[in-house]
Amino acid sequence: MKEMILMLALALFMVAIFLNLYRVIVGPSMPDRAIALDTIGVNLISAIAIVSIVLTTKAFLEAILILGILAFIGTIAFSKYIERGTIIERNRNN
Amino acid sequence: MKVNNVILQFTTKIVFFIIFFFAVHIFFAGHYTPGGGFVGGLVTASAIVLLLVAFDLKTVRSLLPINYIYMVAIGLLIALGTAAIAMFLDEPFFTHFFDYFYLPLFGKTSLHTAALFDFGVYLVVVGVTMTIIQTIGEDE
Repeated sequence: MKEMILMLALALFMVAIFLNLYRVIVGPSMPDRAIALDTIGVNLISAIAIVSIVLTTKAFLEAILILGILAFIGTIAFSKYIERGTIIERNRNN
Repeated sequence: MKVNNVILQFTTKIVFFIIFFFAVHIFFAGHYTPGGGFVGGLVTASAIVLLLVAFDLKTVRSLLPINYIYMVAIGLLIALGTAAIAMFLDEPFFTHFFDYFYLPLFGKTSLHTAALFDFGVYLVVVGVTMTIIQTIGEDE
C-alpha cells in the first residue's frame, strides 16, 4: 500500500515535470521559460525525496539541498540576464 | 542607470552564509557520507557566484581580496606535500596516516591526513572555478 502511494506520487511528479517541459519548449516569452525551469527544479527535489523514501536511504539528502541551492542561483542568474542583459557587472554604481 | 534591488541583496547576505556553512559540512563529512573536497569546493564557489550576481565584481574583490590563481597553486602544493610526507618516513608515496586524538571540545576524534589532501583539492576547485567565472565576467 505504502509503495503504491509513493509510486503514484512519483508518477504525478513526472506528469507535472512534463507539463512544465511543454511550457519550456513553447513558452512565448523568456520569463515563462525561466519560471518553468525553476518549477522543474522544485519538482525534481520532491521526486528525489520520494525516491530516497522508496530506497530507505539517507544518502540523497545532500543532493536535495544542493539541487535547491543550484535552482535558486540559476533562477536568479536567468532573471538578472532577462532584466539587465548582463549577469555579472563590473561596477554597479555607474 | 542606478538600480535598486534591495530584496536580492538582503536575501544574498543571509543565504551566502547558509550555503558556505553547508559547503564546510559537505567537506568535513566526505569521509563517511557522500561529499568531499570536490563538491564542497563547487558549493563554496556557487556561494561566491551568488555574491557576484547580487553585487558586482569590484565589491566582491574588496570583500574577498583573494588572488584565485595563488589559491590554485597553494592547493596543489598542499596536495603534493601531503603525498610527500610519507616519503620522508620510509613509506611509499601517497601513504596516509591516521590516529585517534582527544580534542578538548570534540572528544575522541580520528584525524586522517586524507583530509589534508582533500583540503588541497578543495582549494584547487574553488580557485579554478572562480578564475574561470571572473575572467569570463570581466571582459566586455
